[in-house]
Amino acid sequence: MSGIVEILISVFIVLGGVFGLVGSFGLVKLGNTIQRLHGPTKATTLGIGCALIASMLYFFSSKGSVSFHELLITLFLFLTAPISANFIAKAYIVRNIERHELPASGGEYGWSVYDDPPALNQEKENEGARPGSIT
Amino acid sequence: MIAIALMIAYACFGLGLLFCLWRIAFGPTLSDRILALDTMVINLIALLVLYGIWKGTAVYFEASMLIAMVGFVSTVAYCRFVLRGDIIE
Repeated sequence: MSGIVEILISVFIVLGGVFGLVGSFGLVKLGNTIQRLHGPTKATTLGIGCALIASMLYFFSSKGSVSFHELLITLFLFLTAPISANFIAKAYIVRNIERHELPASGGEYGWSVYDDPPALNQEKENEGARPGSIT
Repeated sequence: MIAIALMIAYACFGLGLLFCLWRIAFGPTLSDRILALDTMVINLIALLVLYGIWKGTAVYFEASMLIAMVGFVSTVAYCRFVLRGDIIE
């Protein structure tokens, strides 16, 4: 393994560690839950991306073949991080923020946490209007 | 040189795990605890990948992939339970 590649791998490993530490430290330091959501979802994901790049370079230089496992893990993590962040924010809104405290959604119907989409509402109305239906 | 870098990164991610543990123990809201658990899973995957570099084998990629999937599904299941009181409706 040549010296330059080794230095590059070491830099990526240390960079990954620093980003991971920053993300986890943000979890402790920041003020409220919605702010805390930023640390792990951005910094830690970037840190693990750096670690996976380092791993890819290492196995490329030591074995001479590119492995796609790292790419798969990176892709999976980068796809799932925003989804889980969205779910955590929704759980926070449901448990900690009253409905009247939320700003207006700016659309025809309210936030999805509290209101059903209009198609579902219309379906319910149609069912209610049908004669002889049990609601 | 890679060994020293790996030691530094181990220390960083280990410290990150401790921060997550602190948030799980003292987190004021439930969402904080879910978030800390999610972060813990990500830190664990990083540790596994670094351990794979340390040992020079590609065995740990399957393990970290599995942990990533289980972590995501459990986060979503936990949030869904908080949101709707049920996981699969």
